[in-house]
Order: sequence, then structure tokens, then C-alpha cells
Amino acid sequence: MNQLFSQLPQEVPLSWYLLLSAALFSLGVVGFLIKRNLITVFMSIELMLNAVNLSFVTFAHQWHAVKGQIFVFFVMMVAAAEAAVGLAIIIAVFRARVTLAVDRIDLMKL
Amino acid sequence: MHLILFFLFAGFCLAGAINLLLQSHPISSALSLIVVMTSLAVLYLLLGAEFLAAAQVIVYAGAIMVLFTLVVMLLNAGREERTLGSHAARGVGFPAVVVILGVLATVILKAQGLGVARLADGITSTEELSKVLFTELLLPFEVTSVLVLIAILGAVALARHGHGDPHDNGGADPLGNRERTADR
Repeated sequence: MNQLFSQLPQEVPLSWYLLLSAALFSLGVVGFLIKRNLITVFMSIELMLNAVNLSFVTFAHQWHAVKGQIFVFFVMMVAAAEAAVGLAIIIAVFRARVTLAVDRIDLMKL
Repeated sequence: MHLILFFLFAGFCLAGAINLLLQSHPISSALSLIVVMTSLAVLYLLLGAEFLAAAQVIVYAGAIMVLFTLVVMLLNAGREERTLGSHAARGVGFPAVVVILGVLATVILKAQGLGVARLADGITSTEELSKVLFTELLLPFEVTSVLVLIAILGAVALARHGHGDPHDNGGADPLGNRERTADR
């Protein structure tokens, strides 16, 4: 078993991490487009933020730079603030319209 | 070992993200998003970001997702109805997603000079991180704390009972909203 492990390549190209990040971002965009619930649409946005964070960490590893990781830390803080305000807005919208379906929250739609 | 861990948790990530799209109940989507975020924490650890891995679990998988599940349960969000969506989403959105993914994948695969990640690479310690954060980047850090404070105040002001509801009696009757929702 140990021999089997040692025969495997011990390293992962960083481009694979970037490809994973791109795939997660695209899945977030697709979710934003197909989901029909306000909360799930918001979750898709969080998924996109996470995908971008992964590429930040990957590049921080590539250039041995600490500031890339600190930027991710700031993104996390802003995402926490955004989630708090966004969910409060969702609660206010639900109070006013008594629905979470994005098709019925269309007051500002052309 | 790194390869196995990468494939395992990248697989968890993608499976969780796809499950988020497929589930029709918001609480299932929230739980799959927690899977994505926790797997991402392991990937951060593989890339040597120990502080971010911990922060990812505490802030994202912990705090933010608790907020999400709490709101899903508070609003009693049921199964979402499937509709076709807008014409803009079908006509412009999905081709745009394919183009974005295609362009990103081509650029990444053609990029020269991208290194490799090994388990032996060592980790960026929290000490190194905090040295930069609390000296060079002290001002942005303090500004972020003001931002979070304003976000808390804004969230409380927005979600306060009676706000945004013209028919409400201003919070004098705390059960008014629930009764109105129940008799629909």
C-alpha cells in the first residue's frame, strides 16, 4: 500500500486549482441564472465569491506572497457584512411581498 | 498524498456545487453549500494557508451559513417552483457562461510558469500573516471593522419588525404579521 502511494505523483499543478476555481465560478453563475428562490440566488453569489477566493489563495502560493491571503481575509469580512445586510433585505422583501420567488418580485423589471 | 486529497476534496466541492443547483429545497442547497465551503478549507490548507482554512470554517461554514439556514427557517421557505426564467437568462446568460468557462480554461491551460503544489511546501504561518496585516495594512483592517459595524446597524434597521411593510401597525402588535401570513 505504501509503495502504491509513493508511486503516485506527489505534486499537483496549480493550474488544476485554477481550473477548479473557474468551474466553481461558472456553476455559481449558472445557479444565479436558473434558481428561482431569492435565498438560493444569494447562495450562488456566495459560491462565486468562494471560487474567486480559491484563485487568490492559489496565486498567493504561486508567488509566495502573503498579501494575496490577506486579500482573501478582507473578501471574507466583506462577504460576512454583505450576507448580513442581504439577508436583512430578503426579510424586508418577504414582509412586503410575502413571497421569495424571484419571478414575483418584479417591481423594477422592464 | 497531495494528489489524492486534491481529487477527493475538489470532487466534494464540485459535487456540492452541482447539488446546490439541483436541489429544489433551499435548506438542501444551504447544506450543500456548507460542504463546498468546508472542502475549500481543506484545499486552502493544501495550499499552505492555515489561517484562511480556519477562517473559512469559522466565518463561512460557521457564521454566514448559520445566518442563511436561520433565514430559510425563519421565512419557512418551501420548495421552489421551476419556471423557465427570463429570455435574457436563456439568450445571453447561458452562452456567456460557456464563453467565460471556455476562455478561463484556455488561458489557464496555456499559462506558462505556473508552479506546482506539494505537501512539503510548508505553510504560511499566522504569525507572518499578522505581521503584514497589523503593520502595513493596519488602515484597511480598521476600515473593515467600521464596515462590519455599519453592516450590523444596517441589518438591524432593515430587519426590524414593521419596517418595509406599509400595512403594518408599526410593531405595536407583534403577532400581526404572523396572523396575516397564516390566513393567506
